[in-house]
Amino acid sequence: MANMDTTALEPQLSSSYDVTVFEEETRWVKVTGAIQRNVLLFAGSLLILAVVLFAVAGSLIIDEERTLVGFAHEERETADGSIKDVVAPRLRPSSEFWFGTDQFARDIFAYVAYGTLGTLWMGLIAGIIGIGIGTLLGFIGGYFGGWLDGVIVVLSDALITIPGLMLLITISAYLDQLTVEQLGILIGVISWMGTTRVVRAQVLTLKNRAYVEVSKFNGQRDMEIVVSELIPNLAPFIAAAFVGAVAGAILLSIGLSALGLGPQNEPSLGLMAFWFIRFGAVPQGMWWWFGPPIVVIAIFVVGLFVITAGFDQIANPRLRTSV
Amino acid sequence: MTVDYVLRRLGMFVLIIFVAGTLNFAIPRLRPTNPVEERMNQLLQQAGGVHIANVKEMIASYEERFGLNNPLWRQYLNYWIALAKLDFGQSIAYFPADVTREVMRSMPWTLGLVGVTTVMAAVIGSFFGAWLGWTRTPITVSFVVPILLIVTAVPFYLLGLLMLWVFTVFWPVLPGGGAHDPLLAPMFDLTTIIDILQHAILPGAAIILSSVGFWGLGMRGMMVTTMGDDFIKLAEFKGLKERRIFLRYAVRNALLPQVTGLAINIGFVVSGSVLVEVLFAYPGIGNLLYTAITSNDYFLIQGVLMYVIFAVGLMLFVVDLIYPLIDPRIRYRSV
Repeated sequence: MANMDTTALEPQLSSSYDVTVFEEETRWVKVTGAIQRNVLLFAGSLLILAVVLFAVAGSLIIDEERTLVGFAHEERETADGSIKDVVAPRLRPSSEFWFGTDQFARDIFAYVAYGTLGTLWMGLIAGIIGIGIGTLLGFIGGYFGGWLDGVIVVLSDALITIPGLMLLITISAYLDQLTVEQLGILIGVISWMGTTRVVRAQVLTLKNRAYVEVSKFNGQRDMEIVVSELIPNLAPFIAAAFVGAVAGAILLSIGLSALGLGPQNEPSLGLMAFWFIRFGAVPQGMWWWFGPPIVVIAIFVVGLFVITAGFDQIANPRLRTSV
Repeated sequence: MTVDYVLRRLGMFVLIIFVAGTLNFAIPRLRPTNPVEERMNQLLQQAGGVHIANVKEMIASYEERFGLNNPLWRQYLNYWIALAKLDFGQSIAYFPADVTREVMRSMPWTLGLVGVTTVMAAVIGSFFGAWLGWTRTPITVSFVVPILLIVTAVPFYLLGLLMLWVFTVFWPVLPGGGAHDPLLAPMFDLTTIIDILQHAILPGAAIILSSVGFWGLGMRGMMVTTMGDDFIKLAEFKGLKERRIFLRYAVRNALLPQVTGLAINIGFVVSGSVLVEVLFAYPGIGNLLYTAITSNDYFLIQGVLMYVIFAVGLMLFVVDLIYPLIDPRIRYRSV
């Protein structure tokens, strides 16, 4: 800004000055963007990996029996001096029960490990199905256009505004017991709209690129073009949408299960939330009951958020200067 | 504002209601057995707490209402006619109370809690985000960005649960649930107002805390983009005061997309507040829905969901109409 006077007087000098500054700026932005992107993707993956490792290793090492009601026992002295083996609910964390036991004498550490595994499994199923449907519809709409495209756009616009949790409540209130897998499928089926929008928009811009035209003139069929030209270019977008879909599905399932509408017979973090809300873990001050699942959920969701931010920067270069 | 644009948006709103209403009609009928009849029979078997005469009356009103002997298209038509009259039938749990009456009784609490906190979160978050994105803000402040990320990522109700523990068990200073002291006579005086505010602090803070990050991060991103625009440079060259550039040039422009953020956020806030209300036993729509679910009160569930979806759709419609008015850069194209 101090150069204002000189720029006015010597336009030639100023223009060369401006160009160098501009070039330096873009190079700097590119470099920091790349570093940030790697750091974000790396840090996010690390968080996710920690949760997955905890769930997989935990459920491999620990006996599933420990997640059952009335598992925890301890020896207590009775009134007449004899020692008796009694059921031990509400134990504080100890060397025997690392996260203590809940009101139903379940081992909380074991339950969180198995519950995390169940929730992750559910999220994975939902993510794969949501991405599958979303990508397919996005391709159909974007590539072929026409009235089918119109229907897809209008339907996804309408469905995306209906809060997912409300839709899920409507459906599951009328269903009998859901399994973890069924819930995953259900959530996948109602959460494809975001992916469809992204994929459709990308296909619309990609299909008019020169290399697609060239493939068409070379006599390649539509399916061949989709597989060989479009999918590779869409990969980062689909990956980002997948991460977002898994995070969304897990949060939805926890919300639904916390209301008591989720799977009831298999351990999951949401079911755990239902138990500790329903049976007053907070008024009883049982922080070791509600604490661990909240921490696991927080780590996992933050990890997915960070990864999404990393993908966003790859997919949307304009963001490279921001977060 | 072109008529075409308004009509398109209105069409979208109608479509949302249509899709939601059709789902509401279809899903219960996809079951081989009739859930409501099952529920009535359950009530009959238990017979405790429910008068048998009452149940018979319920079955009669139910059959008359739905005319299940009619063909499906007739049932569908009747369903929409009833909806248009805001007639959602009678609650099973609160029989013979109207679903609409129950919803209207809970609505003010939710509007008060969720409405006020959403506006507060938007204002606080936007200005905090603007400050974060302002180039002259010390770089050390950016340490709050990851904190914002974390509080945004953690769902409302889990954050609320932690706060509930901290402020009612660990350091008991605030009431743990409800919207007001049940012993207090409902009068419009200072004690009542203070009492209601005290009860609203925890659930309100949970909603504000977890949505402030959403607003803040969005605003920060927009500020960074806006600060790179030419008109900011021009303002600087003109030697305008920093305060003026910040408020009148940068914030004013960066704020516009936040309105779209409001549209995106409405659904989240509504869903999240359902669980917050359950957690804090707040007598709003969310808690009503929870009661309806736990007592298999299908009419109430349907009614609440239709009202919520109607409200969300209406708010989106309004935002869609307002947005082009405040941002002249947007044309009323077909969107």
